[in-house]
Amino acid sequence: MSETLGLFNYWMVVVLMMSGLYVVIAQHNLVKKLVGLSLFQTSIFVFYISMGKVDDGFVPIVTEGVSQYSNPLPHVLILTAIVVGVATLSVGLALAVRIRESYGSVEERDLDTADGVEPTEVGDA
Amino acid sequence: MTLAQQLPMIVVILPLLASPLCVIAGNGGRAKLLMLLVVWICTAISVQLLSQVVDSGPIDYQFGGWEPPWGIAYHLDLLSVFVLLLVCGISALVLSGGHKIPQEVTEDKVSYFCALILLALSGFFGIILTADAFNLFVFLEISSLASYALISMGKDRRALRAAFQYLIMGSIGASFILVGIGFLYMMTGTLNMQDMSERLPALTDTSTVRAGFAFFIVGIGLKLALFPLHFWLPNAYTFAPAIISALLAGTATKVAVYMLLRVTLGIFGINFALEQMPLDRLLLILGGSGVLFASMMAVMEDNVKRLLAYSSVAQLGYMAMALGLASAAGVTAAMLHLFNHALMKSALFLAIVPVVIHVGGFHLHHLRGLGRTMPWTMAAFSLAGLSLIGVPLTAGFVSKWYLLSSALEQHLWALVVLILIGSLMALIYMWKMLEEIYFKQPENPNAAAAEAPIQLLIPLWILVAANIYFGIDTDLTVGLAEQATQALLGAHP
Repeated sequence: MSETLGLFNYWMVVVLMMSGLYVVIAQHNLVKKLVGLSLFQTSIFVFYISMGKVDDGFVPIVTEGVSQYSNPLPHVLILTAIVVGVATLSVGLALAVRIRESYGSVEERDLDTADGVEPTEVGDA
Repeated sequence: MTLAQQLPMIVVILPLLASPLCVIAGNGGRAKLLMLLVVWICTAISVQLLSQVVDSGPIDYQFGGWEPPWGIAYHLDLLSVFVLLLVCGISALVLSGGHKIPQEVTEDKVSYFCALILLALSGFFGIILTADAFNLFVFLEISSLASYALISMGKDRRALRAAFQYLIMGSIGASFILVGIGFLYMMTGTLNMQDMSERLPALTDTSTVRAGFAFFIVGIGLKLALFPLHFWLPNAYTFAPAIISALLAGTATKVAVYMLLRVTLGIFGINFALEQMPLDRLLLILGGSGVLFASMMAVMEDNVKRLLAYSSVAQLGYMAMALGLASAAGVTAAMLHLFNHALMKSALFLAIVPVVIHVGGFHLHHLRGLGRTMPWTMAAFSLAGLSLIGVPLTAGFVSKWYLLSSALEQHLWALVVLILIGSLMALIYMWKMLEEIYFKQPENPNAAAAEAPIQLLIPLWILVAANIYFGIDTDLTVGLAEQATQALLGAHP
């Protein structure tokens, strides 16, 4: 029963992860790159959360008459990873703000022109 | 439990706790003193831990007395304390050199600067000691986030872009490692590395484990700046404050190499990682092309810091190749080169610090004639450069020799030729710099380019002396590396 439903989560993880990665590579706006990075990281959170599901498992709170519980550990782990993701995003945004302050733009093409490099050389991170 | 038993925890916690204290201590030099004190204490602890492990075997530390798999554990074997001592020692020396001479960061940011350095170090120590795969990810992110901020503190505004580029690449790398950990947890149901390595051999036929392995390798490859995933490194090292380039060149990539050794050999085991999976050929090919490509870039470069950064990429290529040989001799060579390269590259970058401060730049023409105005600094630079080329009686020769002989053992003649070509190219790019230093007239003879302060010369010459000492007396490093290899491979006969 849960075969398709369980796999559906993982398919969505793949779709989200690849869209995120594509945005990071294809976009030339630093803030949009960070949006892509967040999407990419969020897909991993979904991956971990789906992983904790045990077939016919119950909410992991000790209850009478229940012997099969879902695994709470991946959820705990992913709480930490969410914090890490927020920290990464904020450091990234802070850098974007500083870049805008000193260059006046967050578009990679403008930055390349300002640094006097060929736009293809530094190109996509 | 006595205090001595808590040392593995203290070495990680101390910099972490001292970091906010640095911010509180303010900018009046107290923050710097606190940082130096903490780093030297950590070095002393790591010496103590190394002697404990050599005397009485690996140490297992359990947090709060909770046994794994419930609790988080640290596992200290010979490899981890060896790398811990290296990272502690290098950072203590480099940071002592950066003490008191005018930093490239503005005075009101010094306390944050020190706090970030301590955070980065705490992350490195955590990666080295932990036996828990998820902990590895968390510490990796602690050290990476601190490094991004440190790199962005360079004076040039391009430092910001370099840091941003590193942030994007580094976060993708760390996320890949996180996915890899997830796959392994799905299959093994544990996060403890030892438990994982025990349960994995039965599961190696599943595509989940293979996918997890691939994610791990790509993620670590990004952090390691393994060719062709190295694009962030030259920019980051070029625009970071000079002292940070010296610090990161000796520590960050070395910790990444340690992660590669720990994950491929410690978790997956040599049979799976290098024989069943094609990682050995992959590392040989990528490492080899990295050596050629990065050396070529270094030969053509005239920005000294970027030149040294490309040379780092090339040297990391040697380490990847050594691991790709998939033999005990190869792994030993990789460890030796990890140790020796940290010594020589941090010495080279540290010698550039006074050039940046007194001459005001780090292009080739800034080095012109410095052999006369800064004789001691430049003599140290030249000696470390000789070690980089691999001249006999220097540390660089020892590790290249071990790499060559382990390649000869398997009759890989192409590899032997490649190592020799790489060394030849190292000779060319070092010669380019030495020529400017010793055989050109100073650009502006009246400029008061003075000798570096003694506070910098002492740590610099200690590093150079180590380069020479470990080139002559090889028993200590080779012995340790061989024992560490045996311990690492012995777990998976």
